[in-house]
Amino acid sequence: MSLGNNKEALLSVRNLNVRFHTRNGIVHAVNNLSFDLNKGEALGIVGESGSGKSVSCYSIMGLLPQPPGRIESGEAWLGNVDLLKASSKQLQSIRGKRIGMIFQDPMTSLNPYLRVSTQLIEPLLIHERIPKKEARKRAIQALEEVGIHDASKRIDYYPHEFSGGMRQRVMIAMALITEPEILIADEPTTALDVTVQAQILDIIQTRREKLGTAVIFITHDLAVVAGFCNRVNVMYAGRIIESAPTETLFRTPKHPYTRALQQSIPALHSKESALYTIPGSPPNLYQDIKGCPFAPRCEYATDACTTESMVLEAVNKGQSTACLREQRGELS
Amino acid sequence: MAKEITSTADLSLESGTSLWRDAYYRLKQNKLALFGLYVFVAIGLFSLIGPWISPHTYDAQDLDLVSRPPSMEHWMGTDNLGRDVCTRIMYGGRISIGVGLAATLVSLVIGILYGTVSGFAGGKTDTAMMRVVDILYALPFTVFVIILMVVFGRNIVLLFVAIGAVEWLTMARIVRGQVLSLRKLEFIEAATALGLSRTRIILRHIIPSVLGPVIVYSTLTIPSAMLLEAVLSFLGLGVQPPMSSWGLLIKDGAEMMEVYPWLLIFPALFFSTTLFSLNFLGDGLRDALDPQSANN
Repeated sequence: MSLGNNKEALLSVRNLNVRFHTRNGIVHAVNNLSFDLNKGEALGIVGESGSGKSVSCYSIMGLLPQPPGRIESGEAWLGNVDLLKASSKQLQSIRGKRIGMIFQDPMTSLNPYLRVSTQLIEPLLIHERIPKKEARKRAIQALEEVGIHDASKRIDYYPHEFSGGMRQRVMIAMALITEPEILIADEPTTALDVTVQAQILDIIQTRREKLGTAVIFITHDLAVVAGFCNRVNVMYAGRIIESAPTETLFRTPKHPYTRALQQSIPALHSKESALYTIPGSPPNLYQDIKGCPFAPRCEYATDACTTESMVLEAVNKGQSTACLREQRGELS
Repeated sequence: MAKEITSTADLSLESGTSLWRDAYYRLKQNKLALFGLYVFVAIGLFSLIGPWISPHTYDAQDLDLVSRPPSMEHWMGTDNLGRDVCTRIMYGGRISIGVGLAATLVSLVIGILYGTVSGFAGGKTDTAMMRVVDILYALPFTVFVIILMVVFGRNIVLLFVAIGAVEWLTMARIVRGQVLSLRKLEFIEAATALGLSRTRIILRHIIPSVLGPVIVYSTLTIPSAMLLEAVLSFLGLGVQPPMSSWGLLIKDGAEMMEVYPWLLIFPALFFSTTLFSLNFLGDGLRDALDPQSANN
């Protein structure tokens, strides 16, 4: 991955640094994050809780609560607009029109006091300024496209009359109703049970293929990524530590953390009694970590890992890793 | 939830059941609250329509019939100037309930606007706005009203304003608290992510969501405003004779309660019945709009 300004990318994030200023100190939530999202691509961002995957996307959308959050530096280019420096007017016209978003918990992301129809047509009324009747027709169609039967009736239901999976379908319909170029999905299946999860992923996939939407898929579930994304960024302690096409990542993971993650996926048919866990715990983000944040937990770590600064470098075609020893060819 | 749905089987599924409709059905099950509503409406109509039907006027003195006990001619007796107590209670009700409603309306408008802006803005703006409320809270009410009366002279409109000016403080605090917790909810975030402007979010998403607690609190504000009016009239700062209000009638009655008890009993009866019915209604509304608390 080249980290120069990539003109072809749909969205190109450069050197994003996000800090939270709390009473207990400064949390270094996102550190020097750079990545590109290409047209029509499904990009997975994988990491454990607190690895900065949601925070980085919230920052791009201008949804980061400030204070306590603060975007210290960085750029996020969507065409020729830098989202991080855009005015709130500009952001309003981009959010919901060019970038749609789905949230983690479908139970709370719809307003309980308003009919689904009212909420569904809102983006159309704001961004396309079409008459209500027409908007309603499009909304019904959008609901049908995410697999809700009887959409013309159900559109007038209230959110509490839908199940969790149904609500997430409504959220998807709402986020995609204006046919945005980018869809940010923040753990859209975490709050749902597994069978519904598969359906939801399926729906996002078919809609994505039909509309050509690029998707940023935030998740902590490697299995979800495997079936869904073209490319994956693995995040740890607010940094991208490995980025590769999905297949490459699973076949030849280059960073010890990625490898450890894969080993910690429970396998159904393995007879081993104990599941592999990564020793230690994630680093304290109150400190500005020099070197590789994973070094204290890494079995391959050397002194150089904790002193030399960490850079994401290409090691294979399309694959880049931040592991210093891998870059030097010391591990293989 | 399932219980409500079975008990309201007549609901057509086509339209969907809003939370408001749910609350309405719950309210309908609450006999005490409904009773409160009916009593309040009855007293309100009695005060509003009564004076047109009554053969007496509120200020007509009949010095031959001074301080008479209840009779066929004067249902609730006459006062020390021979005025019909029943008619005076009707007029008094107009003023008392009117003050209650008007002051509540004032407090609603100011309180919702102030509270929403403060809660939604957050940070320093919020702190500054809430300190202003704290300061106003600390002002002794009676002194505040006396100053108003001295500066602007006595009149009923001023009474409305003075009471409304006190009642909006609590309303603003309630609304702010609600908005603070709402602001963090995901559906507000989702609305922002859809590109809605701040104003639109406040008008479409925040204000409708705070209405529940606001409605409950306003049914409790009406009696408290009426009580304030009564206190002021009792102290001689409110409505001036020969006009009447329930507070004024109670004050007059209290002065002569040993000799002519009906002068105190009837206005006090109307006043306390009204307050009770409003409180029952308020409690019922609270339970209806917030089913969680109803179970306790």
